[in-house]
Amino acid sequence: MKIKNIFTYCFISSLFLFSLICIWKILVTLQGIELINFNFNKLFIFGIILCVINLLIGKKFNLNIKLIILALLFSIFDYLISINLPIWYSFGIFLISLFFFNTIKNYDKNFLSKNHSSQKLFFNFLTLFGITLFSFVILFPFYMMLVTSFKTQALLLLNPLDFSINFAQGLPELFKSYFIVFKDYNFGRYMLTSTIVSLGTVIITLIFAIPAAYAVARLNFFGKNFLSTSILIIYLFPAIVLVIPLYTIFSQLGLRNSIEGLLIVYTATTLPVAIYMLQGYFKSIPKELEEAGIIDGQNWLGIIFKIILPLSLPAISSVALYVFMIAWNEFLFSLMFLDRPNTFTLSRAIQFLNVGAETPRQYLMAGSVVVTLPILIIFVYFEKYLVSGLTAGSVKG
Amino acid sequence: MSSKLAKIEKTTAYLLILPSVLLVFSIILFPIFSNIWISFKNVELKDLRIPEPRAKKLVKSINDNPNQIKVIYKLRNSSLTQEITNVKFKDKYPDDIEPISLNNKCQFKSNLLKCELGNWPKKYRENLEIVFQNINNQEISKKELKSYKPKLSGKSQNILLTYEFTLNNFKKVIKDKAFIDLLSTTFYYTFFGTIGAIVFGILAAQMVNQKFFGRTFMRSVLLFPYVAPVVALAYTWELLLDPTSGTLNNLLINYQIIDGPINLLGQKYVTLNILGFDFKLRLALTTVIIFEIWRYFPLAFLFILARLQAVPKELYEAADVDGANPIQKFLNITLPQILAVISILFMIRFIWNFNKFEDIFLLTGGASGTRTLPINVYQQGFSIGDIGMGSAVSIVIVVFLLIFMFIYFKLLGKRADEN
Repeated sequence: MKIKNIFTYCFISSLFLFSLICIWKILVTLQGIELINFNFNKLFIFGIILCVINLLIGKKFNLNIKLIILALLFSIFDYLISINLPIWYSFGIFLISLFFFNTIKNYDKNFLSKNHSSQKLFFNFLTLFGITLFSFVILFPFYMMLVTSFKTQALLLLNPLDFSINFAQGLPELFKSYFIVFKDYNFGRYMLTSTIVSLGTVIITLIFAIPAAYAVARLNFFGKNFLSTSILIIYLFPAIVLVIPLYTIFSQLGLRNSIEGLLIVYTATTLPVAIYMLQGYFKSIPKELEEAGIIDGQNWLGIIFKIILPLSLPAISSVALYVFMIAWNEFLFSLMFLDRPNTFTLSRAIQFLNVGAETPRQYLMAGSVVVTLPILIIFVYFEKYLVSGLTAGSVKG
Repeated sequence: MSSKLAKIEKTTAYLLILPSVLLVFSIILFPIFSNIWISFKNVELKDLRIPEPRAKKLVKSINDNPNQIKVIYKLRNSSLTQEITNVKFKDKYPDDIEPISLNNKCQFKSNLLKCELGNWPKKYRENLEIVFQNINNQEISKKELKSYKPKLSGKSQNILLTYEFTLNNFKKVIKDKAFIDLLSTTFYYTFFGTIGAIVFGILAAQMVNQKFFGRTFMRSVLLFPYVAPVVALAYTWELLLDPTSGTLNNLLINYQIIDGPINLLGQKYVTLNILGFDFKLRLALTTVIIFEIWRYFPLAFLFILARLQAVPKELYEAADVDGANPIQKFLNITLPQILAVISILFMIRFIWNFNKFEDIFLLTGGASGTRTLPINVYQQGFSIGDIGMGSAVSIVIVVFLLIFMFIYFKLLGKRADEN
């Protein structure tokens, strides 16, 4: 039992340390530094040795001193086996090993002799490992998008692995791709179109959805149950089965290449989910408040505006943000309906850039940053509202 | 009194929902039904343009006579496929001008030139020449003549509104040799995309459900791929996976893990040798599925995390007392608690992955064995230009969708019964 625990402990911890080092090394390689070997064998074995030492020392003297010494040992070893690497690289290794030994500093012989400790260890490390790996895998494309937009075509072709940003060249040179994207590729206009379309969709959707949701939530009428179930069914129909008929109808009505056409379609496709989300919230508002309103002589309109709306602001913000996100990110309809550059939305414009003549990739990535950044900022800032919108609207995606 | 109130309530309700119902009906339900109509017709993209009679007006001066002028109308039928019937022509002229001679189709009355041009077959072209003179023997200004634009009108048959139907589209869809391949690709993509997203969702939710530094930040980060625009993400991935200058291939070559670049998005098959057996893996499809998982696991994560946080802590404490190990705890407590969420998630994601268009379209455009049903709708309808075929494929999707929805709502109902 104990041997097995010690074995798992050494193996898993060293593997975790190595995977952290690996990610660091990949990031260092992407700074244009030549590094072609992970030194798996040496680092892994040395890691196991240090883990055993950590276990043997246990809690015999100050834990912080122990972890600093172990981290130093590891960094020096790494420094000795690798050649020609800058000092900040070794400093990074030192910080990582400091973090690593900090997580294992409490483990000693007593801990390992407890029940299930090897499984617990395994899951602790799996969590840590998972967090690092997930963050890396998710953030890496975003990181690449951002960094590529700061490079030049020549540098990108010279060494595709060099992602270092040269801050010495000055801001105008650094943001050159953005200037070009806005000036030569008209992204200012597209951004304005996207904003108008998204905000317009939000406003129109709310104007349509709030009364309808109120009726479904509160009033009695024939066909109410049928309506509330069909909302969900309609919402499950994807855009791809609507595209051909809408294209034919819009071509014949002359609604293609117009912002109005896009607004109508976006509103109609987001309306079911908006009604669905809002009616759920309206149902949770106590009926007594409305009854008080009726006694005060309010009509339906007054009740909606003076009682329901102020109380359901959180739900309305959720719906608004969710609808904004859908409209801003929407691609299929803008691809089908817009083919004149003066009506493009941002998504369509980026697709046009990619399909069209050889657009340098830094411009493509600068455009991608321009379309991604606003939505991420909104997401981070209003996370609470958007997450509840995502959860409620998640039947579609 | 109360029945009167009920009536008012009813009318108000109808008034409140009417705008939404009308809009949703005209933009979602009506198109779904017109899909059925179009799928039984032989319509092509070029038929969609309504045929228009067009006229180009040329004004030419006549040598040695400034008082006269020749006007040429170049008339044509804009459609290459359809006839226009009963074409009428109208143009305005300045006050002091009249035609010298007119053919029998045309009339000139109070400054208006009106012509009945009859029926124009497809691709029809004709030149109409009329010489005008100034009644006061003054010079005619060409500019003024040109400023008036002729107006034409005509009737044409709208191919969408005829009662000619054909079964050819459906025959073509089903008899197509690639149809089975298309279906299997779609199901392969849908199934593995869904399973992968749920598995990674469970893993991520398990992680974030524990306490650690930066947990709220981590939760936001995990949702990034889901909230960011698909266009930007797809193109970033395309650059990342590019065989010549892509980061991934260069990194792998740099660390000597692979010998030469792999075209992850452009290669249909890759042969893997595992334990002496050769496996043929659909490479581009797998890459697209990985992108799909990367982009949609956050949703599964969000749902499962919400469910995990609602699991009573006492259950785990009791398990600790009983001496259960972490795997037993996961299998016997966590999994049963999240099973209901997972089954719902599976159905929702399955339906949505089945209809996913943008992701594959942007990454591969449906090439190298990644053509799914939705991609086929686009290719038939817009790349090949056969709207009828595209509609027929849409109908196939709708049929599958209805089957899935039936199962989904059965499942929802069953769950509601259990609670």
